[in-house]
Amino acid sequence: MSRFRLPKGGRIDRARPISFRFDGKSYGGFVGDTLASALIANGVHLVGRSFKYHRPRGIMTAGADEMNALVGVGADQTRYTPNMRATLVELYHGLVAESQNRWPSLGFDVGAVNDFLSPFFPAGFYYKTFMWPKPAWKQLYEPVIRAAAGLGKAPTASDADRYMQCYAHCDVLVVGAGPAGLAAALAAAETGARVILCDEQREFGGSLLASDTDTAIDGLSAIEWVAKAVEALARHENVTLLTRTTAFGYYPHNFLGLIERVTDHVAQPDPALPRERLWQVRAKEVVLATGALERPLVFPENDRPGVMLADAARTYAARYAARPGTRAVIATAHDEAYRAALTLKQAGVQIAAIADMRPQAEGEWPAAARAAGIEVMTGTAITGTRGRMRVSGATLARIKGDGTAEKGEQFACDLVLMSGGFTPSVHLFSQSKGKLIYDEGLKAFVPGASPERNRSAGACAGETGLHATLESGYAAGEGAVRAAGFGGGLSGRSLTVTEKISAGGGFAGAVPHGRNPSFVKAFVDFQNDSTSKDIKLATREGFLSVEHVKRYTTTGMATDQGKTSNMNMLGILSDTLGKPIPEIGITTFRPPYTPVTFGAFAGMSRGELFDPARRTAIHDWAAEQGAAFEDVSLWKRAHYFPQAGEDMHAAVNRECKAVRESVGVFDASTLGKIEVVGPDAAEFMNRMYINAWTKLEPGRCRYGVMCREDGFVMDDGVVGRIAADRFHVTTTTGGAPAVLNMMEDYLQTEWPDLNVWLTSTTEQWAVIAVQGPNARKVLEPLVGDIDLSAAAMPHMSVREGHICGVQTRLFRVSFTGELGFEVNVPADYGRAVWEAIWASARRFDAVAYGTETMHVLRAEKGFIIVGQETDGTATPDDVGLTWAIGKLKKDFVGKRSLARAQMSNPQRKQLVGLLSLDNRSVLEEGAQIVANPNEPVPMAMIGHVTSSYWSSVLGHPIALAMVKGGRVRLGDTLHVPMPGKTLQVKVVEPVFFDKEGARLND
Amino acid sequence: MLLIACPYCGERPETEFRYAGEAHIARPHDPSALNDDEWVDFLYQRANPKGLHVERWRHIHGCARFFNAVRDTVSDRIFKTYEAGEPRPDVNAVAADVLAKESER
Repeated sequence: MSRFRLPKGGRIDRARPISFRFDGKSYGGFVGDTLASALIANGVHLVGRSFKYHRPRGIMTAGADEMNALVGVGADQTRYTPNMRATLVELYHGLVAESQNRWPSLGFDVGAVNDFLSPFFPAGFYYKTFMWPKPAWKQLYEPVIRAAAGLGKAPTASDADRYMQCYAHCDVLVVGAGPAGLAAALAAAETGARVILCDEQREFGGSLLASDTDTAIDGLSAIEWVAKAVEALARHENVTLLTRTTAFGYYPHNFLGLIERVTDHVAQPDPALPRERLWQVRAKEVVLATGALERPLVFPENDRPGVMLADAARTYAARYAARPGTRAVIATAHDEAYRAALTLKQAGVQIAAIADMRPQAEGEWPAAARAAGIEVMTGTAITGTRGRMRVSGATLARIKGDGTAEKGEQFACDLVLMSGGFTPSVHLFSQSKGKLIYDEGLKAFVPGASPERNRSAGACAGETGLHATLESGYAAGEGAVRAAGFGGGLSGRSLTVTEKISAGGGFAGAVPHGRNPSFVKAFVDFQNDSTSKDIKLATREGFLSVEHVKRYTTTGMATDQGKTSNMNMLGILSDTLGKPIPEIGITTFRPPYTPVTFGAFAGMSRGELFDPARRTAIHDWAAEQGAAFEDVSLWKRAHYFPQAGEDMHAAVNRECKAVRESVGVFDASTLGKIEVVGPDAAEFMNRMYINAWTKLEPGRCRYGVMCREDGFVMDDGVVGRIAADRFHVTTTTGGAPAVLNMMEDYLQTEWPDLNVWLTSTTEQWAVIAVQGPNARKVLEPLVGDIDLSAAAMPHMSVREGHICGVQTRLFRVSFTGELGFEVNVPADYGRAVWEAIWASARRFDAVAYGTETMHVLRAEKGFIIVGQETDGTATPDDVGLTWAIGKLKKDFVGKRSLARAQMSNPQRKQLVGLLSLDNRSVLEEGAQIVANPNEPVPMAMIGHVTSSYWSSVLGHPIALAMVKGGRVRLGDTLHVPMPGKTLQVKVVEPVFFDKEGARLND
Repeated sequence: MLLIACPYCGERPETEFRYAGEAHIARPHDPSALNDDEWVDFLYQRANPKGLHVERWRHIHGCARFFNAVRDTVSDRIFKTYEAGEPRPDVNAVAADVLAKESER
């Protein structure tokens, strides 16, 4: 066994040894180890390279705050996860991990040259250095910087794991299962309330898992007390216990996101289990017992492998039986470091000296350290370290009366421990929009009032000492469960706790060092490589707000979100600006507390389930015919039906000709449909649409245009009046939900007096459009009870009857300019009726056509598509629909806005047609139009192309466009500048085919 | 995710609802009687308070009804929901009343 593994103690299972690989090398560990503890027990501290300077870095913490030891875990790309904190990666047999941000190897990293070039990388260097020439940013600077900087690499293969999501409701959610959280859960559970207790670690207990051997609670050792508490909680059916579960986000109305790591710690996971489970918990009351994080000290070269937080080193020894070094120098501003010194001394680590920045250290812990023969130097700071791949010495110097440091004395060591005190983990509290209050004694922020129903307990509330922590936990549990409506059942208890009390203290800011500041790096944010120098530079350059300094220096913006750096940054700012910390304020904590995998958020929403797809009743038929599909909102629509060897253009050319020459069949089922019913239906339609509806007789149709209240076209569609009190309204495919929402809005809130019912019928009807000169002949044999003749059923009429024995609403309408019908049948009969129509149509060399042909045919007729010709700023007049406005109507939605002077400005963009003068260039949709192509750039743009196609029927290209004052430009030549050439176009009426509409009325 | 008490269905998660802007902005009875400035005020001018806001929601994936809510835009607390058509409440009194009842508990 490695000499860094203690012979006994700790929470590891020595009966279950494990082997794992790190950077290709095999190591041994035990069940209960983290990757970090196992590496330390193997004497490995160098685990990564830093973000910017590629400096060698080691394990610095023992928990979620780890900033250096980020590793990629996973034997293959389908299960590879980058940026995992080694301190939270549980060891399992066969685990494969690798270090990041180094090339070619961790020991020899070419990028380390950045460390020597660091004068070129001050705060905000990328804003300053890589400014010119502009194109170089995209082609040179950014790719090089991205390759050189950075953390892990995203896996290249699709994630092979499954992720689940679940919802949970509870009376009390307790976050964190250290002493405070366990006490809170115990207090709440006894009342019968539904309690959820979660903790990010593999076992409950928090700091008690690394407790001193002489700590006792009610006569039990800390570990025994934890076991008893967990056993008691497990007996309650109303309690849900979640280990390996991080509460990462606190959202409004006590909604919390929890991520449970289900199988990450297992070598051969049960395939029935997901890798992770995302819990979305709605809690009546929340108890936050999230503990505190130790603060590093900001001194020169505080980042070498072997420099650790004091309490982390203690945790490795006490909880993991891992000895983090052989000879330690300890730098502190807090009593807890003395506790660490004693634990480590017991573990066989020689303590070279404790340098305490405070002028005095007289509490129980310092006294115990002195009694153990440890050298304590008060009023002393650490001013530097030596060593490269591992720390080899530290400099300790006395702090002079003026706050600066004397020249120091060297101490050889392979471990430097630091403690700047503890920062309460107020992340979740702050996310709940709770106010933070600065505590001068702790040099940190503690929870104040929150608008959410929560309370904080233990170290995250600023409590120190085990007794106070347990008391505050019980009190919070009782308070929460009472607030959740549970009374009684809470048992009184008296706690006896044996512990030594920490006097507290703490430091935030930069440690004085008396060295030339140009040549030293004292890291504040280790993960983003930002130093005290960077923060001071930012203030000199005029960044005074903490939010600005954070973004300019990137301090607190790495994956650890400033867990260890925030307070030190504030301390340095306070020092530099001469303002107390509360006046400087604190940056906002945002979710997630620790990184959450994308997989957990995606859950089952992958592949087919990523986005719901809507398919028509005729979809499968089209797929069987080899149709190409396109997405239109959520619908899958047949785009065109290519025959062997045809590309889209060939297919569309053929389809268009066939419709104009004989007949085509088209699946129009995706059209939005709304049934408007009731005694006031016509009045409602009058108010909603620009058209007049009162005089429309049952059995007739009208093309309806709807504006928003601002006067701009919102939607259009054919509306059939089925009966005096019943309208069959159609909308655009994408617009249906918005139209129904707007109709409901007016009906419910503006005109609740109208007796009208609105029902979405989009999915109830399958719609089969039969268009072309032979359309009537196709349908006649299938329809018995409807007279399709031109006299009996003119253009824009609707009849109810039967087709193939199926109930139908048969519209005579045309979006092609040809004689046309749209057969509405209940969707369940859609395919059967389609096949019958298709069989009938084939007698006439019919085609099935898709949306592309539909677009070309309607453009040949100048029919607009809302959302293509219009863009939310087009009035009915702009797109040539003034004729549709019911002139006698006193009011309709949008009418008042249309009366504004600007709405009739003759220079508004108006719908026109364009013909390419060369008779062959198909314009690009979206292309800009100019009057004078010789103008210097930027030219005055007077319009844009909205629709453009090759018309196989006409034998030349056609286009629709919106052009300023377009209607007075008819006959003019305009210009469309394109890359490498400028196209000439002639402005024409926006109808290219059958201007008189004779074919429609056939 | 907000927990919103639909006046018709009770408390439901936010994902069942759709926000619909400031409440109590009634469409004028005779829009043609308004001058352009008045019309623009109706059409575009909205309160954007830091604090109590009276707003419309639609329980679109539930009963589909529009209703009104008094929400604090800072804390996201919803102090009251009520049916469309009811008069605008005194928002400060509503919030004070809720907070007073809470502190009694």
